[in-house]
Amino acid sequence: MKYRTIIGLEVHVELKTKSKMFCSCSADYFGKKPNTHTCPVCLGLPGALPVPNKKAIDWCVMIGQALNCEIADVSKFDRKNYFYPDLPKGYQISQYDQPFCKKGFIELSNGKKIGITRVHMEEDTAKLTHQGESSLVDFNRSGVPLVEIVTEPDFGNAKEVVEYLKKLQQIVRYLGVSDANMERGDMRLEPNISLQEENTKELPKYKVEVKNINSFRFVEKAIEYEIKRQSEILNSKEMPIQETRGWNEIKNKTMSQRTKEEAQDYRYFPEPDIPPLHFNRSEISNIKAQMPELPNAKFERFLKDYGLTEYDAEILTREVETAKFFEEAIGIVKNQIKNPDLEVSPKTIANWIINKKIDFNRISPYEFIKQIILAGQVPLITEIELEKIIGIVLNRNQKAIEDYKNGKTNVIMFLIGRVMKEAKQKLDVKLIKETLENYLKK
Amino acid sequence: MNLNQLTIKEAKEGLKNKKLSSFELTKACLKQINKNKDLNAFITVCEKEALEQAKKADELISKRQDLPLLGIPIALKDLFSTKEIRTTAASKVLENFIPQYNATVVEKIKNAGAIIVGKTNLDAWAHGSSGENSDFGPTKNPWNKECVPGGSSSGSAVSVASDMCLAATGTDTGGSIRLPASFNNIVGLKPTYGRVSRYGIIAMASSLDSIGHFTKNVEDSALLLNITAGKDPLDATTLPNPAEDYTKNLNKGVKGLKIGIPREFVTADLDKEVKSAFEKSIEVLKSLGAQISEISLPYTEYGIAAYYIIQPSEVSSNLGRYDGIRYGNDRSSFGDEAKRRIMLGTFTLSSGYYDAYYKKAMAVRTLIKKDFDNAFQKVDALISPVCPTLPWKLGEKINDPLKMYLSDALTVTVNIAGIPSLSVPAGFSKNKLPIGIQIMGKQLSESLLFQIGNAFEKQTNFYKQKPNL
Repeated sequence: MKYRTIIGLEVHVELKTKSKMFCSCSADYFGKKPNTHTCPVCLGLPGALPVPNKKAIDWCVMIGQALNCEIADVSKFDRKNYFYPDLPKGYQISQYDQPFCKKGFIELSNGKKIGITRVHMEEDTAKLTHQGESSLVDFNRSGVPLVEIVTEPDFGNAKEVVEYLKKLQQIVRYLGVSDANMERGDMRLEPNISLQEENTKELPKYKVEVKNINSFRFVEKAIEYEIKRQSEILNSKEMPIQETRGWNEIKNKTMSQRTKEEAQDYRYFPEPDIPPLHFNRSEISNIKAQMPELPNAKFERFLKDYGLTEYDAEILTREVETAKFFEEAIGIVKNQIKNPDLEVSPKTIANWIINKKIDFNRISPYEFIKQIILAGQVPLITEIELEKIIGIVLNRNQKAIEDYKNGKTNVIMFLIGRVMKEAKQKLDVKLIKETLENYLKK
Repeated sequence: MNLNQLTIKEAKEGLKNKKLSSFELTKACLKQINKNKDLNAFITVCEKEALEQAKKADELISKRQDLPLLGIPIALKDLFSTKEIRTTAASKVLENFIPQYNATVVEKIKNAGAIIVGKTNLDAWAHGSSGENSDFGPTKNPWNKECVPGGSSSGSAVSVASDMCLAATGTDTGGSIRLPASFNNIVGLKPTYGRVSRYGIIAMASSLDSIGHFTKNVEDSALLLNITAGKDPLDATTLPNPAEDYTKNLNKGVKGLKIGIPREFVTADLDKEVKSAFEKSIEVLKSLGAQISEISLPYTEYGIAAYYIIQPSEVSSNLGRYDGIRYGNDRSSFGDEAKRRIMLGTFTLSSGYYDAYYKKAMAVRTLIKKDFDNAFQKVDALISPVCPTLPWKLGEKINDPLKMYLSDALTVTVNIAGIPSLSVPAGFSKNKLPIGIQIMGKQLSESLLFQIGNAFEKQTNFYKQKPNL
């Protein structure tokens, strides 16, 4: 039997705002002493009330706009009621039927658009650590702003999922709203995977959610594993059960966590402690105006403005720091060097950045350009080509060879000039000199 | 007259003129508390701390410091978080809970110089209309110890009526300030929703909870609102409108004011004595020059039904945090009424029932608001009885929750609409049980309510009558 894979994705992105979602505690919890970033609000103490963080809401709306979403005119927070020891109020403040953003998309390189159902704002829970018989709760993470991005079941394979995730990660990093670091848990993902017979149109009657995935590599593995597992069940004429499974990176497989035959009833209702929010159009366009250039736009511009290849442009725009360094370097050539003899082309800069794995923290763009110039702006000639040219030049200048052998070593400068002229391009002087000397000493 | 019988205003004058000290005043209040322990008005009395604070207040007074409540003994409903003072909500669940912070209102009252004499009894979690539903035992009515004092702010009302303090705070979600005020012959204010911060006050039903207070007369009520009202950056539902001087219109009288009587509030099952006191009150207002007319609030009859969906829904969520992991005692310590509301609310919020119950109740809420909006196009304020009955006997309704719920029939719509209402003494039954009326106004019309209440009080002086203790 042939099956079609259907995957939808829920991604949580933790925002790096200074303060938490509903109180003024620092949201920077990673690696901090447990329970030091807490107050009555994020501890859920009796009587404490949430006051929403404006910046976090703006950033959520920014993400929504970057993902081509519609932004709501009126929105609200809701309470999602459930019991868990990491949830001090007994409910999570989230959004139910009126998310800030909905109906967006991310376009993949194959032209396929992955639909984004909604982008909404919520708060993170505390962190549990299990030690033998006891469980410890650290409330530093409690109330850290979290944006949830839910897609339509539009993915057909793991590769598409990974590409989408990389793009999403790239966008939130570009926006500067999250570090989206998978290992640290700034970005968490939960794919829903199910299979359907190839010739039917209707959606499968079950779905399997996979949790505990903390890298792009594992998401691919987990999906491949699920496709295999589910198709085996279907092949034996059975229906996989609707459940939540966890990725076990040691065993390289997914394992059942809890069955979800009946959906948990979260008893959502409007959060009475926070009045509804109204967005006016000018506010939304203000947020849009604050948005930096997004990866796709930058990529297109790099092709157009600098004449780069798609390969180069893709690498340079992958991370905003790289793109920034590249453009700063170009700016230095244009505005500080201003010497046509020392022209360094965007292509050369791109090649250097890509091939030499520049550490942007250790070198300034100016130093970097200086290095390129000093290196002779060259290495675009192969050794064989160079040797060929040197052969021609030496053949034509027998006298110079004799002079050299008689101790007039200065003549080498004349020969370098000839080689350069013959090559019709600027070459690495040092390299020519060394190669010439090898010949002359023979 | 004993010192503890003074109003805030009188005590302030006495303190200023050195006729009395805060220490003496506080001591008199504490003495009255200790003398009347059988009323069970307090869960925690802060005797030592109160006397220390009073001494400090006297020092400040001697240095000519002036703060609006400097040296004035005040009691707090045991729903208000007080730093380092046990706060129980009258529930076993929080039997030993000591908050780490003060509620905004507590902070404001303390900063105004008040002396906190203790934490008053209430129906556990503010669930109740009689004051009997406390895990620390029922509070008794000082006018007749066999009767209920009204709830849920039972202890606060009794502490003021019995002169154990000069004023006390309360919360009103469906009548929890106005009803006990009316049962105790004192003044109770339920301000506009969002006028006073809820931060730090243990939530009952968040969209309905209104933070107010009990005082001996109307002027004191205005004085106290001057301190508690205002936007709080810690409560997103507080209103941005700047607080005003609520005493400014106190003496303007009611001449020419249009006061409406909502027809639906004067029902056939209204107690005869309550009805007659209400009718007399109307005559008093008429004699003072108010224009009285009848008004219709047609959706009133759905008030209790909507209230008993919205309120338990929010209760079920708000009580979720008392899960046994923190605060000492676990869920088995919840009393029957809390369990009842948790179950009701869990049901009405469940998927499949949400639309039929919660959503519909919210639609009714909008209609009730509209009712009031329409009424306030025609009149400046509305008056009605507070409770359809007189204070009933302890135990009388305790096994009939529905009957208990109906005692809120005349108070809940005010909470549903979020408007302010002032409960003032309106006389007594032949058995000397207090009766009250409430004056309702549109959003943020507290000054007008004080104006009407004060005119009525000046004419009637019911508040000057004290229970025999």
